[in-house]
Amino acid sequence: MTIGLGHYLTVAAIIFTIGVLGIFLNRKNIIIILMSIELILLAVNINLVAFSSFLHDLVGQIFALFVLTVAAAEAAIGLAILVVYNRNRGTIEVEDVNLMKG
Amino acid sequence: MLTAIAFYAFSAILIFAALMVVASRNPVHSVFFLILAFFNAAALFVLLGAEFLAMILVIVYVGAVAVLFLFVVMMLDVDFTELKKGILKNLPLGGAVGLALVIELVIVGYYWVFPGATGNTIASATPAHMTNTAALGQILYTTYIYYFQIAGLVLLVAMIGAIVLTLRHRPGVRRQSVASQIARRPALSMEVKDVKPGQGG
Repeated sequence: MTIGLGHYLTVAAIIFTIGVLGIFLNRKNIIIILMSIELILLAVNINLVAFSSFLHDLVGQIFALFVLTVAAAEAAIGLAILVVYNRNRGTIEVEDVNLMKG
Repeated sequence: MLTAIAFYAFSAILIFAALMVVASRNPVHSVFFLILAFFNAAALFVLLGAEFLAMILVIVYVGAVAVLFLFVVMMLDVDFTELKKGILKNLPLGGAVGLALVIELVIVGYYWVFPGATGNTIASATPAHMTNTAALGQILYTTYIYYFQIAGLVLLVAMIGAIVLTLRHRPGVRRQSVASQIARRPALSMEVKDVKPGQGG
């Protein structure tokens, strides 16, 4: 009953799939889409840290730190775009976003 | 044994919380379940021996990102029930694709034998004579210093971008004009009046 690498990879795979599923299902609600992206990045971080412990190499945790940085920046920019879009259009339905479609 | 129980408990709550993030009707509830998911992921990191990352996850994600989400969800006055329509239309196809994806990922992750690995055991990556934070700092600030600074630049660009995107100048609001304040000279702003006796006041 020891917990090995496969257990952590399984949990990360399930979280990743839930994130992808969230993007599939909530195609209209961009806030849920952003949260699903956060879930996907969290699954990636779990993978990185699990491999770091498995291979006894701290570089995986360094990389997870950078993934965390990029995720925070992405959330800030995404929510700023969302606020500006809602201010201009009065809605956040992403199916209406086709103004730049050439 | 105790580690296994802790792992299964935290994983179960993590997966449940992640499911509820996607499935919840109210976006505010989604954000709260996201916070729960992050806390449980931090507990998994502690089990893996990455204490510093666990604390960073709690501070950055729960303290900053999730609160940012909460602010935006509560600030935007949007009819979220309207946005929930059509979710069942995509459920069969999305569920099939998701199920296939998770089965493939689990098979690959669980049954692939990693070359050069010493068994399937997990142990902390930290060297025995120092803490996790010290060990991370010793390689983050030496070998990976340029990546660290690039990460700082990413955050700076994100901060400037968010400010530039959401800044707006409304007409009719009295603002401080720094340039005209600095350009003021005594000769321009003061005047000596020569008041005759008996005429002043």
